Amino acid sequence: MSKAVVDLVRSGDVRAAARLMRDLDDGIPAAQRTLRKIYKHTGRAFILGITGAPGAGKSTLVDAVVTEFRAQGKTVGVVAIDPTSPYSGGAILGDRIRMQRHYLDDGVFIKSLATRGHLGGLSRSTIDVVNVMDAMGKDIVIIETVGVGQDEVEIVKVAHTNLVVVVPGLGDDIQAIKAGILEIADIFVVNKADREGADRTRRDLETMVSLNEYEENEWVPPVLPTEAVSGKGVHGLVEMVERHRAHVFIDGNIERFRREKATVELFEMLKIRLLEKAVGDLERHGLLDGLVADIAARRKDPYSIVEKVVNHSFAANLIG
Amino acid sequence: MATVAAVKKKPTPSRKTERKVRILIGKPGLDGHDRGAKIIARALRDAGFEIIYTGLHQTPEMIVTAALQEDVDGIGLSILSGAHNHLLPRIVELLKEKDMGDVVVFGGGIIPDDDIPKLKRKGVDRVFTPGTTLKEIVDYVRENVHPRA
Repeated sequence: MSKAVVDLVRSGDVRAAARLMRDLDDGIPAAQRTLRKIYKHTGRAFILGITGAPGAGKSTLVDAVVTEFRAQGKTVGVVAIDPTSPYSGGAILGDRIRMQRHYLDDGVFIKSLATRGHLGGLSRSTIDVVNVMDAMGKDIVIIETVGVGQDEVEIVKVAHTNLVVVVPGLGDDIQAIKAGILEIADIFVVNKADREGADRTRRDLETMVSLNEYEENEWVPPVLPTEAVSGKGVHGLVEMVERHRAHVFIDGNIERFRREKATVELFEMLKIRLLEKAVGDLERHGLLDGLVADIAARRKDPYSIVEKVVNHSFAANLIG
Repeated sequence: MATVAAVKKKPTPSRKTERKVRILIGKPGLDGHDRGAKIIARALRDAGFEIIYTGLHQTPEMIVTAALQEDVDGIGLSILSGAHNHLLPRIVELLKEKDMGDVVVFGGGIIPDDDIPKLKRKGVDRVFTPGTTLKEIVDYVRENVHPRA
């Protein structure tokens, strides 16, 4: 069964791929097993991350960038992430609205995902879904993060090239020295560059970049203005993306990137699985509620409990 | 933690499994009023559904392609232009062509009562007319739209 799915996905079958992505998002065990077989067929796609504050124009920029890549004849997958409501668990995924002109293009596959409580700017399933698009044979996979603040930088570990989209007027120059998303940019995009203050924003970012120390041959993030709605500046942006891509794929860099990415993939999966196993074990033995109540009432402390769970549950299993 | 030995014997679910119902809300055709569609999207979000909102001026082909890529369980369509007799059955037909005939299609808007039986015969599961409360729509979706096999 899953052999058939693997073949269908690799042949680019939209329905099979869409279902597999959905099953991965929903955490269906059979889909995880399929992914194990697909993994060896991944690693071919170029992965472009686009992040920035809500309303910065990320979706519109994705739309314009897709148009450029399609003009080059490249096939594109888009993974667009929007937030899940912490109250209802529901979500409105609206990034597609800006990408309508690509709906009927067979060379473009758009998948919307909700964060489902995952922090960091991506959904828990993002890496899995990117892997499926990669296995489908997409040349480029674009990940649009949820609108982020300052600290949601998970994308840096997934994408080869990271665009940070900034708009004029979001804050004074002190914002530009803050840590977080401003540190992860391979390319800064000052979108809505027709607005007042765009030059100021560009200069602030350039100043910030110039204060960093770079080694010889190290990539220095450029700052590019765009007007995503009209497409102005997008051609130049895509050229710069290609230059960064060439930089990432030179000897030495790409090996390091792949090792870092493999480390992240392993750690992320461990984090999820270990947590689920620990919580599952506690629940199954009816211990979870009592422990939570004990901690809440300050009868026990969480530090000792975590230590016990880790030592007993995982150490024993690893050795065995 | 005297229970470790027992823990080891039981199979552990590898990952938290949760099927979320995904619904596409779209505006086929030429009218440009999507306030209703947005309010419904919001109400369904608040009821815990994942809503893919595709925006205005959609052709049936665009809606069905999006439904296919997003693997949705239901499609809710808002039509105020009067073109429902053409657009709604066309979407149902295209879904069948794509082997997605089990997607529940429902619609709402300014649709004369006389047209409703016709639309139902052509595979539209439910049609809501002006005056319908949000609760009625949410209840309908809860009862009738489930994760597809």
